[in-house]
Amino acid sequence: MRRQTQIFLIGYRAYLIAFFIFLAAPLFAASMFAFNDSMFPALPWRGFTLDWFFNDTEPKLGMFYDQRLLRGLYYSFVIACWVSALSVFVGTCNAFLFVRSEFPAKNFFYIMMIVPLVIPGVILGISILVLASTIANGADDRYGIELGFLRPGLLLVVLGQFSFITTITSLVITARMRKFDVAMEEAAYNLGASRLRVLLTVTLPFLRPAMIAAGIVAFLVSFENFNTTLFLVGSEAPLTITMFDRMAKVGSTPVLNAVSLFLMIASGLLALVTVLVQRDRSTG
Amino acid sequence: MNRRDARRLALILLFMPFALWIALLILLPHIGMGVLSLREKVGPRQYEFGFGNYIDFAQEPIYWNTLLRTGSMSLLVTALALIIGFPIAYYIAKIAGRRSRGALFLLCLVPLWVSDLIRAYGWILLLRETGIISGALQYVGLVSQPVEMLYNDAAVIVGLVYTVMLFMIVPLTSTLDGMDDAMIEAGYNLGGNGFTVLRRIIIPYAMPGIVSGCIIVFMLTAGSYLTPVLLGGKNSSWFTETIYEQFITRYNWEAGAAFGFLLLAFTSLVVWLGLRLSGQSLTSTVARS
Repeated sequence: MRRQTQIFLIGYRAYLIAFFIFLAAPLFAASMFAFNDSMFPALPWRGFTLDWFFNDTEPKLGMFYDQRLLRGLYYSFVIACWVSALSVFVGTCNAFLFVRSEFPAKNFFYIMMIVPLVIPGVILGISILVLASTIANGADDRYGIELGFLRPGLLLVVLGQFSFITTITSLVITARMRKFDVAMEEAAYNLGASRLRVLLTVTLPFLRPAMIAAGIVAFLVSFENFNTTLFLVGSEAPLTITMFDRMAKVGSTPVLNAVSLFLMIASGLLALVTVLVQRDRSTG
Repeated sequence: MNRRDARRLALILLFMPFALWIALLILLPHIGMGVLSLREKVGPRQYEFGFGNYIDFAQEPIYWNTLLRTGSMSLLVTALALIIGFPIAYYIAKIAGRRSRGALFLLCLVPLWVSDLIRAYGWILLLRETGIISGALQYVGLVSQPVEMLYNDAAVIVGLVYTVMLFMIVPLTSTLDGMDDAMIEAGYNLGGNGFTVLRRIIIPYAMPGIVSGCIIVFMLTAGSYLTPVLLGGKNSSWFTETIYEQFITRYNWEAGAAFGFLLLAFTSLVVWLGLRLSGQSLTSTVARS
């Protein structure tokens, strides 16, 4: 019996290792070719190079000199900052709303809050596109006003991503809010603090780890989003769209691998920050 | 202004962001899409109210075949993700030591921090004719010439399972984590073998996690666009591609909106059925992950 369990455990571990190889394989493949001194992201291996990061001339244009990729990176960054700021703000309001307030049909509204997460991203994208265009066309036809901001572009991308990322931030911050002991606020009131002061010195500091974690998650999800963005994008294409356009073309150079590796490292570092913030939560 | 009025005002102010968000970005757009999908084009800039777009869908086998194909392949991906992911989640939650548990869990999460696009790109590099697997097979001598493993259903399924795996493992692990080991021991003490314990104790306990994982995975798969397009090539015929084609290539927004609604209705139906059959609710499943 013991032997049997041991064999079973060895098999189990082997399965676990195979699974992690499966998880790592595509990431490894994507990052490995960033250093291959070849025009194509494919075998054979032609030696190590950093050209795909730092070379400044065609045809081996490195990512830090590729204007279109850099512009994509910049737009992605701007969009992600707006989305995470907005969604953390609304998420915090929602935490106060659903944990600290009582109002009719609260359960129904709570379900409404979760719904955006189970709507496919493509549908969110087209529905917002349809509404914005309808309004813009209506204004144009009836009053002759051109509402350029409702045409596909940065604003619509931000709104589209915000529409479902807010659910994520709300859930994260609400979970933290539920652990808050109201006695702490009452103590502050008893000591003579004003409402605003209690909010700023007691409640918000308590929520801060969750707000930071939610903000980082929102930033990453926004940065990586493709489905919703695809329909709302205008001339300011974020990085995922720029990369997709190149990937769909055959014969893309390994500069895409360099970008992939760069993104992996950057998001890995951000993820690490989230973990550290969360750890702070358990001790604090 | 007395205290009650002040409270009321505070509640309304707090309610505003939520209401604006849900009304302007979720409800109104979907109503707009519904209205648009019920509009038939009868001439240039002339429209009529009717169900023409939905009738077109029903009469064109390509369209509903694509939807059915998307649905069945998504179910397959969900089942595969559950079967592959469950032992991993169980290991992390129950077998791994205290210290390795967190590390393993983080390892599982690593691909989550990389965008879909890069994951699909990685699979392209592995699977294509000049890719790593083909190269390795030639090197070992199993095949004599490059093999193309991209642009077929198997590649799409592998890519999708990979992409959604984490959304299965996270809820499973967190549910199993809350399970008392004594329950498993009791099952063995009462004479159950490994299989009975799994079937009668572990799986029923993990049910909320299983349901929530399956729902998220199914929604993500059915709504995915990137992985089928990149790994399946032109002929992957995923329903989101059909929607994209109607919207962007043909500029037929009315039909695109109708298709979007059909996809939404289809996925909602599957999710509803899943919740119904397992006796769970949306709040108890999705919110916990």
